[in-house]
Amino acid sequence: MTLARPHKLLLPFFIIMGLFFVLPLGLGLIYSFLKAAPYGGVIWEFSWEGYKRFFFVPDLSGVPVFDTGYLEIIFSSVKLAVITTILCVFIGFPTAWYMATRPPKQRDLWIVLVTIPFWTNLLIRTYAWILILRNDGLANTILGKAGLIDAPLQLLYNEFAVTLGLVYSYLPFMILPIYATLERMDWRLIEASEDLYANKARTLWHIILPLCLPGILAGSVLVFIPAIGSFLAADMLGGSKQMMLGNLIERQFFSSRNWPFGAAISVVVMGTVLFGLMLIAKRGQGIKDALR
Amino acid sequence: MNTGTNHHMPGFGMAAFLGIVFLYLPILAVLVFSFNTGRLVTVWEGFGFSAYADAFHNADLRRAAVNSMIVATGATISSTLLALMAAVAMHRGQMGRLQKQTAYTLMTLPLLVPEVVIAVTTMAFFGIIGLRLGLGNVLIAHIVFCIPFAYAPIRARLGTIPRSMHEAATDLYADPWRAFRHVTLPLLMPGITSGALLAFITSLDDFIITQMVAPPGAATLPVQIYNMVKKGIKPEINAAASLLLALSVAIVLLSYYLNRRSTR
Amino acid sequence: MSDCLVIESVTKTFAHTDAPVKAVDDLSLNIRENEFFTLLGPSGCGKTTLLRLIAGLEKTSTGRILLSGDDITSLPPNRRPVNTVFQNYALFPHMTVAENIGFGLKMLGRPDTEIATAVTDALKTIRLEQLGTRKPGELSGGQQQRVALARALVNRPRVLLLDESLSALDYKLRKDMQIELKRLQRETGVTFVFVTHDQDEALSMSDRIAVMHKGRIAQLGTPQEIYHQPASRFVADFIGICNFVNGGIFGLSETQDVGFRPEDAQLNNRTHKDGDLQAHGRLTHITYHGATTHFQITLSSGEKVTLAPHTAPDLTPDSEITFSVPADRLIRCAP
Repeated sequence: MTLARPHKLLLPFFIIMGLFFVLPLGLGLIYSFLKAAPYGGVIWEFSWEGYKRFFFVPDLSGVPVFDTGYLEIIFSSVKLAVITTILCVFIGFPTAWYMATRPPKQRDLWIVLVTIPFWTNLLIRTYAWILILRNDGLANTILGKAGLIDAPLQLLYNEFAVTLGLVYSYLPFMILPIYATLERMDWRLIEASEDLYANKARTLWHIILPLCLPGILAGSVLVFIPAIGSFLAADMLGGSKQMMLGNLIERQFFSSRNWPFGAAISVVVMGTVLFGLMLIAKRGQGIKDALR
Repeated sequence: MNTGTNHHMPGFGMAAFLGIVFLYLPILAVLVFSFNTGRLVTVWEGFGFSAYADAFHNADLRRAAVNSMIVATGATISSTLLALMAAVAMHRGQMGRLQKQTAYTLMTLPLLVPEVVIAVTTMAFFGIIGLRLGLGNVLIAHIVFCIPFAYAPIRARLGTIPRSMHEAATDLYADPWRAFRHVTLPLLMPGITSGALLAFITSLDDFIITQMVAPPGAATLPVQIYNMVKKGIKPEINAAASLLLALSVAIVLLSYYLNRRSTR
Repeated sequence: MSDCLVIESVTKTFAHTDAPVKAVDDLSLNIRENEFFTLLGPSGCGKTTLLRLIAGLEKTSTGRILLSGDDITSLPPNRRPVNTVFQNYALFPHMTVAENIGFGLKMLGRPDTEIATAVTDALKTIRLEQLGTRKPGELSGGQQQRVALARALVNRPRVLLLDESLSALDYKLRKDMQIELKRLQRETGVTFVFVTHDQDEALSMSDRIAVMHKGRIAQLGTPQEIYHQPASRFVADFIGICNFVNGGIFGLSETQDVGFRPEDAQLNNRTHKDGDLQAHGRLTHITYHGATTHFQITLSSGEKVTLAPHTAPDLTPDSEITFSVPADRLIRCAP
């Protein structure tokens, strides 16, 4: 039996989401086209200054000068997100493979093992790397005790640490979709390939990877999107020099007090995300299956 | 047999092992060091609970913990209820394509929009409408992003209940509400519980949205920990972090256990 | 016998597919009190939809449904004194067998003592007295079916609807349940409306049958009428095997086809009587079916017929055959 009038049930949901999710996003969009007020907030006058700031930053005398600073931040955010995604594939694929080739009863255990970090607090997991990477942290202590180094290595507050943090945060998002695809795979194709004289490497390259492509792509989407908008990794592990788009946005709403610019960056990030998702929608069913 | 069992790839086993170690190393590091009695958290001095004692004596941490619990509980109850209603409406309701599409989009969008963007826009919005409910601001923001997490398990479970169940109930003289209450709801319980647990964890774990939306005094545990970390790492921070971690792990395990029991 | 259920020009259109589908097309039907009535037809003919319309699980697009004179068309299922036995039984897995059976009475607000007695009696009737505290998941298919039946009958409905309820059972169990159902109907006096695609089942159990095709009734009648006097080729072909040949084969008018059932034919003039019609052909195939043997004959016109006479003589393929059919067994119907 179907509900003849589901609208009453959906109404609270629509109201809450409309009011406290859609409206704020719309407000953000509007803010990106307004003027910045001196101490934060906006002046309700139309202006392109939010978007212009990506390219033109006022110098000391207040004159807007072409500056690549923000573009560099965009570039390095994308770069880090891409590197993160690639590293996640390299670590995630073998892990997912291993999981999928365990006996069925064991597989449930592995899924739980991989999923637990996914649900624990991201802040704490990121903070944990500080404990490991800092000068008197776990890594340096072990390396020192093992006699491998004389002085502590600078492992924290650099791009290395941020990348590590990003990979760590989103690795489960890569493992699970690949695992899902592998689970559904027809393993007899591998046997057929080996029967036809392909060794393991060639089987991997010619048969397995293409079949797993939907899962890999799904995982890449699930890693890239949050990585692009990431805040915590760069903030806690990157020190003051490493900045990603997420940090940039946050800064505009606090210390820099340039809300329209912050809104503009948000729009750009959202645009990238939506663009990526549209690509997925075109690519279609295989990825959607893996995402489930 | 068309399963992957016994297909080996050289080196993949080692990679998987390293992968799992990688995933758990930080978590274990936090937990282990929380029992360190030394002031410099990562320099081991001895085993003890001094860090936990410091944490319990810290008024800010205590208040933050209470706030976290209040918000998480409130957000869980509200978002699970809303998600339940939405799931029943979307799965069993007759509605036009536009309405269905809108509902699905609204349900998935919070998962796709970067958290930072949600955080700043919500903060700006609260500012503009002058919403000053203290912890209530945090609660409202949490309800919004918890709904999709509560929704997924409920929707999945709903899909496993054949329509004939509800039909049989109405055929046996139950009006739609009683049919729901006596037949559908009990069968839905495992999904609702799962959804509630997920919502709880999600609310508990949130940082950036809470950070931007919470007025002074309304800090939750993650926010409080973050602020303290900025000033320097101290043992009580580590202890609080461990507790939060342990709570998350416990809830996930509980969720799995309940799931397996219900499918038996 | 008075009319229990009247279906008046009912149409049901399903609009939410690409092309709207008329599952039930301007159908009218009177079902009597105390009757074992069967809706028979191939899948997609609309029989299940019609059943659900009677139950109230679907709404009519046009038309009315009357129960003992009362218009129930706009009543929701929980307000109709009609109960359904679902194809997959739809037993509530989280309730015990006793709770399942008592559910309807509980919804009707009957006192607990009355419910307890009714449930105990019901369990006795279906011979599952010991299983009241079990959950449906612990029962076999046949037991679940009986519980579903009891859950419906315990409410003493005016009409009991059965939606292909026996299709999930194996052969022997099915045969047993057919007898059981027939007995229950006669004892309780409840009108049964039974949906099936199995013509054997329909013929053996029903007082009357409505053969359905594409949302309409192809023929309504007793099993004997349906079998021996089919109203159309569709009905004749759907029920059992029917041979159709040009009338000229029997020396009748060549402008019309006539039909006959394989078992009505006699081979090689065994008991030829005056008035029987004769035809000739060549034996091409013999198939042994245990209780019967089928002989396939090719006629001079090229048409093929199947004969299943009561006595099966020893014949060799390719021999010339003469067979005859009593005139009153010939079937003349719409194409």
